Amino acid sequence: MDMELSETLQTVVDGLSDEYSDQLIDVYQSSGDTFVRVEPEAIVEICKFLKNDHHFIYLADILGADRFTSQERFEVIYNLVSLRNRERLFVKVWLEEEEPTVDSITDVWKAASWHERQVYDMFGVRFNNHPDMRRIYMPEDFDYYPLRKEFPLLGIPGSIDLPSSTPDTE
Amino acid sequence: MGIENSLGDGFLTTKVDTLTNWARSNAAWPMPMGLACCAIEMMAFAAPKYDAARFGSEVMRFSPRQSDLMIVAGWVNYKMSHAVRRIWDQMPDPKWCIAMGACASTGGMHRCYGVVQGCDNFLPVDAYVSGCPPRPDALLHALMKIQDKVRTEHSTKLDS
Repeated sequence: MDMELSETLQTVVDGLSDEYSDQLIDVYQSSGDTFVRVEPEAIVEICKFLKNDHHFIYLADILGADRFTSQERFEVIYNLVSLRNRERLFVKVWLEEEEPTVDSITDVWKAASWHERQVYDMFGVRFNNHPDMRRIYMPEDFDYYPLRKEFPLLGIPGSIDLPSSTPDTE
Repeated sequence: MGIENSLGDGFLTTKVDTLTNWARSNAAWPMPMGLACCAIEMMAFAAPKYDAARFGSEVMRFSPRQSDLMIVAGWVNYKMSHAVRRIWDQMPDPKWCIAMGACASTGGMHRCYGVVQGCDNFLPVDAYVSGCPPRPDALLHALMKIQDKVRTEHSTKLDS
């Protein structure tokens, strides 16, 4: 593996492989960014470690992805930034298609709350111990997850109500 | 400077319909339902350069109770559609609706699950304006089309 890690990121990767050698699955670089794939069970531990020991105090984003593979179909990507070290690190977990579930990291960064709700809304990934696991964009009674690959572009006809055009007869 | 100057000492015969329609068509107060970038062009439509005041439509009423003409300017998503319909229902009759721009008319580039593919799915639209966004003159054109429509309506009915 050919990587050009900066000094601080090298310390981070070394720290991860020392402390969490069993949970660390992959480290790679792509388009100038550094990606770390870990076991979903350890995500809270590893986030705490990255925040407390390596100063990744800013959770910029949480993304979902549908890899559309038969194994470990869903992916959750955590975009972490260290403002002091001017470094960015992406942490990834892969989840199974049946009931994709991962622990919430709202205890580490409160900002995770809405990001995780969005991933839940769009991909149906559930987050354990989340304080408010509701949909964030789509209606509460919506039955589908719009960013899954099998969801049609224009939606399911009739799945979201339009207003009544004869309100007086309601 | 009143109308009596041009009428002179004589008198005028007309139909109640014509008089009502003349009044209505020259005072269509818009309800600016600005939802996206089309709203910027809608502001230009009301501002001095394009000057909707020439057609009696300069009074943008942000209260639906005082407006006659809803201009849906921008894309309507399913959540917003309920609010738009509610405002429409609060407008007193007679009322007209312009779907301004590609998004309000057909969903436009927002070809996706969250956006209503044309606000005519839940509103009775009288005029569609093409463009993304349309120029203010296109909106003026739609307004003039609405005026033509109002002028040919039968607005007065006998009580039975």
